[in-house]
Amino acid sequence: MLVARNLTKSYPSGGGILTVLRDVSFVVPEGAFVAIVGPSGSGKTTLLGLLAGLDIPTSGSVSLDGADLGSLTEDARARLRGEKVGFVFQSFQLIPTLSALENVQVPLELRGEAHAGTRARELLQRVGLAARAHHYPTQLSGGEQQRVAIARAFANSPRVLFADEPTGNLDSSTGEPIIALIEELNREAGTTVVLVTHDPGLAARASRVIRLGDGVVVHDSELAA
Amino acid sequence: MNRWRNLASLAWRDARPARRRLLLFTSSISIGVAALVAIDSYSANVVRSVAQQSRAILGADLAISSRQPLTAPIIQLVDSLRTAGADVDYATNFSSMAVVPRLEGTRLVQVNAVGPKLPFYGAMKTDPAGRWQALQTGHNALVDATLLAGLGARVGDTLVLGKARFEIAGTLVDVPGDVGIESALGPRVYIAQRYVDETGLLGFGSRAEYEAQLALPPGIDADSWESAHLGTLRAEHVRARTVRDTERSLTRGVDQLHSFLGVVGLVALLLGGIGVAAAIRAYVAEKSDPIAVLRCLGATSGQVLVVYLLQAAALGLAGAALGAALGVAAQFALPLVLGDFMPVDVHPSLEPRAVVAGLAVGVWVATIFALIPLLGVRHVTPLQALRREDSSLPVRRATRDPARWVAAAALIASVVAIAIWRADDLQRGAAMSASIGAVIVALWLAAFAIAWLARRVLRSHWPFTLRQGVANLYRPSNQTRAVMLALGFGAFLIGTLYLVQRSLLSHLSFSDGAVQANIAFFDVQRDQVNALDSLIRKAGDPVLQRVPIVPMRIASIGGRSVAELSRERSSWALRREYRSSYRDSLIGSERVTAGSWQRTTNRSVGLPAVSFEQDVAQELGLTLGDTVTWDVQGVRIPTVVGSFREVNWARFEPNFFVLFPPSTLVDAPQTFVLLTRVDGAGRASRSAALQREAVDAYPNVSSIDLSVIQQTVSDILGKISVAVRFMALFSIATGALVLLSAVAASRRQRLREAVLLKTLGATRAQVRSIMLAEYAVLGLLGSAVGLLLSVAGAWALVHFVFDIPFAPLAPPLILLAALMTLLTLSIGLWSSRDVFSATPMAALR
Repeated sequence: MLVARNLTKSYPSGGGILTVLRDVSFVVPEGAFVAIVGPSGSGKTTLLGLLAGLDIPTSGSVSLDGADLGSLTEDARARLRGEKVGFVFQSFQLIPTLSALENVQVPLELRGEAHAGTRARELLQRVGLAARAHHYPTQLSGGEQQRVAIARAFANSPRVLFADEPTGNLDSSTGEPIIALIEELNREAGTTVVLVTHDPGLAARASRVIRLGDGVVVHDSELAA
Repeated sequence: MNRWRNLASLAWRDARPARRRLLLFTSSISIGVAALVAIDSYSANVVRSVAQQSRAILGADLAISSRQPLTAPIIQLVDSLRTAGADVDYATNFSSMAVVPRLEGTRLVQVNAVGPKLPFYGAMKTDPAGRWQALQTGHNALVDATLLAGLGARVGDTLVLGKARFEIAGTLVDVPGDVGIESALGPRVYIAQRYVDETGLLGFGSRAEYEAQLALPPGIDADSWESAHLGTLRAEHVRARTVRDTERSLTRGVDQLHSFLGVVGLVALLLGGIGVAAAIRAYVAEKSDPIAVLRCLGATSGQVLVVYLLQAAALGLAGAALGAALGVAAQFALPLVLGDFMPVDVHPSLEPRAVVAGLAVGVWVATIFALIPLLGVRHVTPLQALRREDSSLPVRRATRDPARWVAAAALIASVVAIAIWRADDLQRGAAMSASIGAVIVALWLAAFAIAWLARRVLRSHWPFTLRQGVANLYRPSNQTRAVMLALGFGAFLIGTLYLVQRSLLSHLSFSDGAVQANIAFFDVQRDQVNALDSLIRKAGDPVLQRVPIVPMRIASIGGRSVAELSRERSSWALRREYRSSYRDSLIGSERVTAGSWQRTTNRSVGLPAVSFEQDVAQELGLTLGDTVTWDVQGVRIPTVVGSFREVNWARFEPNFFVLFPPSTLVDAPQTFVLLTRVDGAGRASRSAALQREAVDAYPNVSSIDLSVIQQTVSDILGKISVAVRFMALFSIATGALVLLSAVAASRRQRLREAVLLKTLGATRAQVRSIMLAEYAVLGLLGSAVGLLLSVAGAWALVHFVFDIPFAPLAPPLILLAALMTLLTLSIGLWSSRDVFSATPMAALR
């Protein structure tokens, strides 16, 4: 489903070159639940960005559901995301000027789907927020915002869900139902989940853990087993 | 003291990352300041130049002039001055037809016949140089270059004025006090005073001015002499001019120009203020996190406010300084556009007062407009450092803040005060700020209406991008109001300037089809009328009107003499010479507004009923039924005011302040105006031939061709248009800058949204069309509302101030709306250009 080959990412920084990721490779099969862990600055978020095609690697390649991201234009990658990828962010990243319902509708409407409103309402119902459909993000609590974000992430029935510290801004009592939702979707729809976290408890719930340190894979539970 | 210094350095450091961007937005204040500095400096330059040159402009210390040869009491006054040591010489000015025998054609000119000592001060520059002295050595004439061009003549040709012949000795290069465009209306010919009689042109009814010019010895002050002898001067219908009078009348014209251009500058400045407010609002919203941190570290809300006020004031100063520099540069460009209207040679020089005033008002406007959004920083709580909240919340929370109302009141008071200061007149300043306020309120309401409407008309079956774009008009933190204000005000200004200018042009263009005549012969003596009439008809042209003209003055009103009335209030209308006419019916360019047009004697009072033009009647304070006694060449004629008329003076027809019934004036001494129309093939040469023939037969008769006037008028209006457009440029530039900062105010939010949309799968084309839809709607509606308001504004100006018909024209306005929409689109897309280059990776960071 997701293949990373020799991924390296470096940035020019203060005269020198800062290499954030170095020669990272792994394969994620369909339906897997992978956690990427590591200390701050180990390159977790950069890796996630490359896997989702939000950025392009300095060298190496990413293949998502058979498509080589490096060979696609920016717009083609966007279309691919619209069709096959879902996102959940640490800071929720809802569009502040859109209501909860409108936020969920966006991926559907970008694909030009009819009945986007009906489907979005169903999704909100599923995350338990049908009653707050017309509230703006600032009128929702953190947990509620993240649930809207999850409804949005699943709006296009993605093949892969990328989650960046999805509970990082939430306490454990609001964080738990979020993880439960993600696990449920992974199980029921067979959605591949790639989750970035530094919470060991959360990582323990994944079927596989990839540990990064200083830009390289220092441990992969699958290879170790 | 130390604490203040610390706050200042904190302010300096805090603004560091945004300094360049903030400067761009405060530069919206620059253009307004530039306009004010340029106008104030230039007008100070002109006033100084007038003061330096006014003696040379008058050419004497004192000039005494009259429409009739100087009378005995006046000659006596002049003689007493001569005995006291004054130097005296004489000049006579009159109009005449100029003929160059070698050539076809003839041209109406203004003849200035001067005595050998003139001018006492200043120098006449001629080409070839130094020919002024040649005037007195023989039958020589110095002429305006426009006359040579008009007739096709050259220096050395013979010029005939009436019965006298002169040799053209050179052209006039520089005449002190000369307004460039004046020579286009009536080219001047200078000859020596002693040849006036030889021309034989000064008969009855010719419009001549007889003048004595004096150079006074030290010890006699012209102004006190004038006021001491005012009684005699007025009784003899003589006008006295001193250097100070000249200065005053020249400065008055400059003042009017100054206050007109000042309005444009003021509006640009206020627009800039709105731009600053929009920029600061966005700045405060993005600064709420650092402010919360500052508050956590122990800064009071007052200290935070001071930090940001200092930033605003400093940026205001930077913007104003940039503006002042621009203004000084523009000041040097202004003579190029306005020079032709100025009576003096203007030497631009730095005017510290204008620069300081511009800086002060710029800083003040920037600070006071920044104050309201800045009050929001007081509402950023330290808690926000721990818990993120919507960054626009503090600004919105401030709406209920009483300090905000105080700040708003201070802002309104400042605007009114600045308007009054600029207008130099309480009433005008108040009216100006009221109209600006009305436009802002109208635009504000329109913005609300648009947001409301967008919500109502939005349909779910519209394409996604269009729906998003339209929905952005009413969503939280939308930019509808800011853009509407900036764009609408810009459109309003430009539209108003354009429409007023167009109405003025079309009013003066004689193009209303009602014009019949195109050549006028005037100063025709009674015994020449029939002969000239048949001369015109023999040439195959019709005589359309024969209009008698009787010169007269008012002797008394309601039994009280003019001298007596003048003591109560001095008015030009009391003392002027009236060139009245008589006829038995009204013509197309006039209509009765009060009373009734009476062809004969009013039976109830037994006096002839005259009709006054309404403005002059108002100036004289007349009501219907008043008795007015006229002095017609020494004969007293009592009349009664029978009606008032409204007259369209711009038509090419002789119109009169006062009209008499025929029976009263038929036997009075009079001259005639004959109107004819020459057209068809070879019009120009036939017109020239007819005028030439008339002048050869009757040298005292003057004539003018409408096409010459039309050419001159359109030349002058062309120059005025250039000046007006130059000023409009300031407003347009400000409008664009303000639009830029209004759009930039919500730029960060838009950027974030666009990046998210891209993360969620939006292509760049989709992001672009959402923005296009929003800016297209905003641009279209903003300019449409602004232009509609400009139609109302221009109508009011044209109707109440200029008192001429309103001539709106749709196509240029539509073009203007299209251009402004395009401008909005380009500015919107330009300021969002990062959206297309930023990778969606930013959403993760």
